[in-house]
This record gives sequence, C-alpha cells and structure tokens, in this order.
Amino acid sequence: MMTLNLSADRSRYGLAAVLLSALVLLSGCGVNAIPTYEEQAKAAWSQVLNQYQRRADLIPNLIETVKGYAAHEKDVLTSVVEARAKATSVQIPADVLTDPKAFETFQQNQSELTSALSRLLAISENYPDLKANQNFLALQSQLEGTENRIAVARRDYIEAVRLYNTELRTVPGRWWAAFIYSDARPMQTFSIDAESRAVPKVSFD
Amino acid sequence: MTEVNSMNGTMHAPMRSMTFGFRRLSAALLLLALVVVSQSGARAQDFPALTGRVVDEAHVLSSGTKAQLIEQLAAFEAKSSDQLVVATVRSTGESPIEPYANQLFRHWGLGQAGENNGVLLLVAIDDRKMRIEVGYGLEGILTDLLSRLIIENSMVPEFRAGNYEAGIRRGVDDIISVLEGNADELKARAERNAEKSLGQDTWGKVVFVLFVSFFVSIFGFSILASIFGKKLAPGRYKWLGIAVSYGGGASSGSAGSRGRSGRSGGGFSGGGGSSGGGGASGGW
Repeated sequence: MMTLNLSADRSRYGLAAVLLSALVLLSGCGVNAIPTYEEQAKAAWSQVLNQYQRRADLIPNLIETVKGYAAHEKDVLTSVVEARAKATSVQIPADVLTDPKAFETFQQNQSELTSALSRLLAISENYPDLKANQNFLALQSQLEGTENRIAVARRDYIEAVRLYNTELRTVPGRWWAAFIYSDARPMQTFSIDAESRAVPKVSFD
Repeated sequence: MTEVNSMNGTMHAPMRSMTFGFRRLSAALLLLALVVVSQSGARAQDFPALTGRVVDEAHVLSSGTKAQLIEQLAAFEAKSSDQLVVATVRSTGESPIEPYANQLFRHWGLGQAGENNGVLLLVAIDDRKMRIEVGYGLEGILTDLLSRLIIENSMVPEFRAGNYEAGIRRGVDDIISVLEGNADELKARAERNAEKSLGQDTWGKVVFVLFVSFFVSIFGFSILASIFGKKLAPGRYKWLGIAVSYGGGASSGSAGSRGRSGRSGGGFSGGGGSSGGGGASGGW
C-alpha cells in the first residue's frame, strides 16, 4: 500500500510549490526573452553568412567562363577576383554582431563584391556568344538567385535584430538585462550602403 | 510578437502578490488576444487575400481557364502535397517583384509547414514582370536555372504576344512537369506528409490528455478525500491510505496555453511553408 504523507514535509512541499510557481511566472514575464531573441538573431545571421559564402563559391566558375569569351575585360575580371579575395580572406571576428567597426568592415567588403559582380554581369551583355553559353546562363541564374537569397536573409536578420534590440531597450527586458544578462549588447544591423543610396548620374557625352 | 505582449500583460504579477485574481487574469488575456488579433490584421493590409489556388487580382484569366487551372493545381497537390499557387496583380507597387513575391509567399504560408514545398507563380501585369518563387523544400528540384528557363522559354514569348492566359498555362504545365520529374521523391514527400499530419495530431492530443488528467486527478483526489476519507484532524483527511491536508499556503497557479490559430473559412489555405528567395524572375 502506497503511503504518501503530504503533511509530514509541509515545508518542503511548500518550497517546491513556490519554486514551481516562480518558474511559471518568471517564464511568463519574459526572463527567457533575451536569450530567445538572441539565438534567433544569431540563426538569422548564420543564414546571411551562408548565402554570402554561397555567392563567393560561385565566383571562380563564373570567372573561368567569362574569361573564355571576354578575356580582354581584364579590369572588371580582376576587380571581381580582388573583391572576392578581400571578402573571403578577412577573418570574421566572433563579436562581429556587437562590434560596430567589424560589422561595418564586413558590410563594406561584401558590398564591394556586389558592385564588382554587377559590373561583370553588365559587361557580359556585350558578348552574345557568352550569353548563349549554357554554363554561363546557369551561373548567371544561380548568381541572381543567390543575390536574392542574400536580400531575404538580410531582411530576416534585420527583423530578428530589431526584436532583440527592442527587447533589450524596453521594460521588462531592460530590467532582466540589468539583473542577469549584463553581457547582452545590442546587435548591429545592415544599413543601405552609400552606393545604392546615391542618385544615379546620367550623362550624354 | 505575442511573447512581448504576454510579458507586458503579466509583468507585475509576481511583484504585487501571488494571488493574481482570476477576473484580472482573464481581462489581461482578453486584452492580449485583442492586441494579437489587431496586429495580425494590420500586417495583412497590402497583400491580396488567398482566395484560392488562383488569385487573379489583375483579371487576365477567363473563368474557364481559371477553373481548369484550379482543378489542375488541386489534383497536383493531392498527388504530391506540393502547393502551387498562381497570382496575378496589376503592380507590386514601389517594391521590386522579388521582395514582394517573397513576402507574399510567406504571408500566405505556401507549402506544408515542415516541408516548405510551395511554389508561387506571380505576374505583375502593369510592371511587365513575373516571378517563380520557390519554397525552401523545392529549391533542389525547381532550381533557379529551371525557373528561369521556364520563364524565358515558355512564358515570356506568350506574354510578349499578349497571350497572358496561354503564358500562365504553359508556365504552370512546366512547373508541374519539373516537379513531377522526380517521381520517387515526390511520392516519398506525399507519404511523409500524410503520416506526419496524422502523427503530430494524435501525439499532441495524447500528451494533452495525460497532462490534464494528471492535474484533474490530483485536484479530484484531494476533494474526494475530504468527502470519503477518514478525518484525522481539522483540515486533515486520510483516504485510500494517503493523507491529505488542507489550508495554509495553498495557492493555485494558472497556465495559459498559446496555440497557433488555424486559418478557417474558404476551401483553401496555405500549409505554413516558407521561402528563402529561391526561384527566378523575368520580364517581357
């Protein structure tokens, strides 16, 4: 026969009840919100890196293909190769998300590669043979697709960071950050780079 | 989004007292529900509603073609569980077609939730732009290159000639034939989804019933003990060999359950899939 004497250890039972209800109430009022949002923002950031890496991986093949048809466009080809080297060789520091300078550098490098690539795709319009090449068509569509995926990943990251930073700056997240997550820092987010903000110049001479 | 609100709603609970009145709690929950509803309503503003598998906002399809397409798409989903939706709009407004298509895809939640096997064929008539937006789960089959080939070889020539209907029909035929090309994978995915939708539901119910019955039995036992049990002392009863005591610091907590509200109404709704921007765009 099972005997469970609840009254014998009233105090222990009471303590357990208090702990349990404290746990329920705490998780209800957002003690977990900061780490949750932080992890979501980090996951979104991984996706951004993943897509940039995918783009970098496409470039060697693209260069090889374009070279076969437009070898004398040396300037454009070199600028793509150099921009890729710069973007991939820089070791991304672990605290890139909370360090404005490192984040700025990362963004700068990637946007240089973006503009070099768009120049390369623009000049390829002048080579009908290149445009008819099946391999080039495949690479071009993958590259365009990847640029679009980068845009989506960046948008998701911006939204995740917005949630996280808002949580850090508003009550009650602000209190929790002060009490237990003192190492939580606001994360950096993407800004539209100066180049795409500038009004395009048109000249007729 | 909901979490932020629930935090604001119940933040002062532990500070004031542990006995948070039931009436106040229910008022807070009601407020929370209202906020959530109004927010989800506000986000939906500038996208057309998912009225069916063919959303012809631009009115370029005849009713016969529309019915035919709907039937074709429904049959395809029944076979493969892939959700293919055709949408026409006059314009995507200020945003380019790519972000618009991606956000519309996510807004509608095309494809099954775990599989993300949706495809959106979007045509913006006045912008002279089109896009095939592919869910995460189909990116490997309906690749960017294939999407582009479908747009350039099948759709653009028809659109240039002004045959929007024919262009859309050929696009849908091609997408389906690409997705069907991998017949084994298609079947496996359909089976997986059939199993999963059943499995998840049943397990969720079993866990819920066990959880509820556990608490009900504890409460029930303590009440029954006071009725049928032997009285040991004031506030102490013994029933079936278990002693129960009442009074003192007994406090009851209440746990709210938050679930994703299913979309209801209409014959067709998205399965909750998402897209990361796969696919291709074109113009004519």
